Amino acid sequence: MSSPALEVRDLRVAVGTVPAVHGVSFALAPGRRTGLIGESGSGKTVTALAIMGLLPDGLHATGVAMYGAEDLLALPEDRLCELRGDRLAMIFQEPMTALNPVMRVGEQVAEPLRVHRGLSRGEAGREALRLLERVQIPDAPEKMRAYPHQLSGGQRQRAMIAMAMACSPHLLIADEPTTALDVTVQAQVLQLLNRLVDEEGATLLLITHDLPVVAQICDEVMVMYGGRIVEVGETEEVFERPRHPYTQGLLEAIPPLDDDLPDRHLRAIPGTVPGLGEFPSGCPFRTRCPRADEACLEMPAMAGNSHAVACWHPVG
Amino acid sequence: MLSLTVASLIIFLVVQVLPGDPAQVVLGVNATPDALAQLRHQMGLDLPGWQRYLAWIGGILHGDFGTSQVSSAPVAELIRQKLSVSAPLALLGMAVSVLISVPLGVIAGVRYRRLSGALISALSLGGIAIPAFWAALLLITVFAIRLHAVPAGGFVAWSDDPVGAFKSLLLPAISLGLVQGAILTRYIRSSIVDVLREEYIRTARAKGLTRWQALRRHGFRNAAIPVVTVLGLQLTSLLVGAVVIENVFYLPGLGRMLIQAIGNRDLVVIQATVMLLTGVVLVVNFLVDVSYRLLDPRIRATR
Amino acid sequence: MRRLPPTLVAGGVLVGLVILTALLSFTWTPRSPTHVVIPDRFLGPGQRGYLLGSDQFGRDVFSMLMVGARNTLFVGIVAVGIAVVLGVPLGGLAALRRGAAEEIVMRGSDVMLAFPALLLAILFAAVFRPGTLTAMIAIGLAFTPVFARLVRGTGLQVMAQDYVTAARTFGSSSSGIFWRHLLPNVANVLIVQATVAFALAILAEAALSYLGLGTQPPTSSWGRMLSDAQNYLNQSALLALWPGLAIALSVLGFNLLGDGLRDVLDPKMVERMQ
Repeated sequence: MSSPALEVRDLRVAVGTVPAVHGVSFALAPGRRTGLIGESGSGKTVTALAIMGLLPDGLHATGVAMYGAEDLLALPEDRLCELRGDRLAMIFQEPMTALNPVMRVGEQVAEPLRVHRGLSRGEAGREALRLLERVQIPDAPEKMRAYPHQLSGGQRQRAMIAMAMACSPHLLIADEPTTALDVTVQAQVLQLLNRLVDEEGATLLLITHDLPVVAQICDEVMVMYGGRIVEVGETEEVFERPRHPYTQGLLEAIPPLDDDLPDRHLRAIPGTVPGLGEFPSGCPFRTRCPRADEACLEMPAMAGNSHAVACWHPVG
Repeated sequence: MLSLTVASLIIFLVVQVLPGDPAQVVLGVNATPDALAQLRHQMGLDLPGWQRYLAWIGGILHGDFGTSQVSSAPVAELIRQKLSVSAPLALLGMAVSVLISVPLGVIAGVRYRRLSGALISALSLGGIAIPAFWAALLLITVFAIRLHAVPAGGFVAWSDDPVGAFKSLLLPAISLGLVQGAILTRYIRSSIVDVLREEYIRTARAKGLTRWQALRRHGFRNAAIPVVTVLGLQLTSLLVGAVVIENVFYLPGLGRMLIQAIGNRDLVVIQATVMLLTGVVLVVNFLVDVSYRLLDPRIRATR
Repeated sequence: MRRLPPTLVAGGVLVGLVILTALLSFTWTPRSPTHVVIPDRFLGPGQRGYLLGSDQFGRDVFSMLMVGARNTLFVGIVAVGIAVVLGVPLGGLAALRRGAAEEIVMRGSDVMLAFPALLLAILFAAVFRPGTLTAMIAIGLAFTPVFARLVRGTGLQVMAQDYVTAARTFGSSSSGIFWRHLLPNVANVLIVQATVAFALAILAEAALSYLGLGTQPPTSSWGRMLSDAQNYLNQSALLALWPGLAIALSVLGFNLLGDGLRDVLDPKMVERMQ
């Protein structure tokens, strides 16, 4: 690919001595939509926060996150502040708590414009109104003056998206943007995200545990487990021909919606996701993997070109 | 409103009814029956209790707090005089308290993981353990006796010497403010620590605000809400603390008048002063409630 | 054995010191606290065997402090005891019965809360005879609504739990539920609140005694020692230091104890990283 929008190399994040992210490397092609799939505890949110430099106190990240010519992990805070909201943007899972409850929605949406573009209150307000209309919030002028608790969940998330897109960012990270929403609203918000990213030519990193979400709008997908990336590839390719046992397990656990019920059973992956610090050494999936053996005591490296997998015994 | 009425009832009951015979209380055990009868008549005790109560309340609503047993002066007038000392004292104390606690509290909250934050927190812990009148004595020793910077007690009328009057209020206000300031510092610190953990702070930073900007534009508004409610309670504590402090410094305020009235068994004054103080407390509580509703839009919505 | 938080240890040490001193004072003090020795007036600490010096009558300050500790603890225990004995059942009543009982208790609490402890105590002292008993009762009454509200608040949460509803279906009586379900769950918060109330009671009693409205002579009281000391600030400023220090350290001890107990009894959930 041409110069990647974001290139992460060997990112490691530890909570004290407990590792949450174990050496994650990937590259995001500019203008493409990449999904990062993982269950809770896989380290996907931590990865995103590390890239943005928003890790909570007590967590430290090492590695490299090249954005253009700059390493995000090594930048001083004030440079990061310049980039955040302007070139890099992030939307969070729970819009009720992610929005300031005592500040009007319009004011919050307008804020990035005031900070990065130096717009006056009035100008920023007008722009914010346009943004709210762009994300299709009904009665936008009224909603401008409303408080977050007066909006529905879907509307709050749209407002968050408007806020994130305010300065036409280059890279947008969306952390579980639809998880807290009703199913009917999910599709709408996803389509909105898709359209905006398209219009702006932005690069999207969509983090979720929900495979159908990824299937809907992502060109590429990365599967994460136990703080490591275990499979990477084009969405269609990975979903139809998964190579990592975990990915296969995930896909098999999804109930099919088509009329002709296949004769296979709905299979759950045995065991449960280990807590932080409880992942086994070597391949983190080996305790739940039907194909594991002694070789898996050592972590496999990523192998493959456009469809890569980190597994000693890939499927198919 | 209801609370006010009930409170006044309680005060009246306690002062007039419970001890049995108020006239006896005033004159003491050795009073002659005639003196008692005369005083009873004077105090209007021949009337049934509820009538006396209503008369008292009626009087208050007209601004008439009765007449002092001891000095025969209208209590309302006395109260006005004393207020000119007590009110500035309370306000000054409040000012000192806020001036100390806001910067310290914010620093302690923002740097709660660093040494400076922990140090301030420890200091404030010590501060709330100190009796205000002890702090006053220590301050007197240092500033008044050793350094002669301010008077150790007494008060000059505002009309005579405003600067002197202010100086007499300085140490008292500082003693009051130090202790209250320590309490307020802890509240502010804990409020800010709570707010910093909230997700909208992270969102603000994701928008490109620096930590400090995020705190200023988003945090303070939210942190202020619990703090404002505490400010109201603070005022209450200040008023009560002022009662003691006035006695330490021999300031002719409401507090001192109350204590003297107790010594003189001047029931009318006692009743009136306690009623006034309680009334102020209730009004302040009410205002705090109202302000809480105004400040938090979430509560405004659910009416 | 889990590591005890430093606040608990520090608080425990200070409170323990006060208790020990008070108990010790029953059997031994360096000198008699009431023994007047005029030639020994205003001695500094360490002079002629007076550990912390002597007051205007030549009495040993240290011994007076020791005996004063008795008074401090006594007032605290009784005042908080009254507040708990009155407040907890009231709060329980409000939580269990709801309806009219709850209304009465809550409105009553609101009114009582309008009276700061000190103000109520002053009022009582004015009307009844000033003294330790009056002070304790007044302070105890003033704190009662705090405990009533606490028990009601936690009680409501407990009542909403499914196991309580289950207990009810098994025919548990209200008092049964109170003792077996409500009280154990409230106990933690109660204990912490009690230590805080103890600290406040000490401060209130000290202020009262300072004003002459609390503990009366000849019973030793730290607050009154301070008011005496004020008259002689010129001769001996240290006289004002020791009693106040004793008060401050005791209050600090109880506050720390309360903090420490809160950490131990009610640990916050550590935020788990997703």
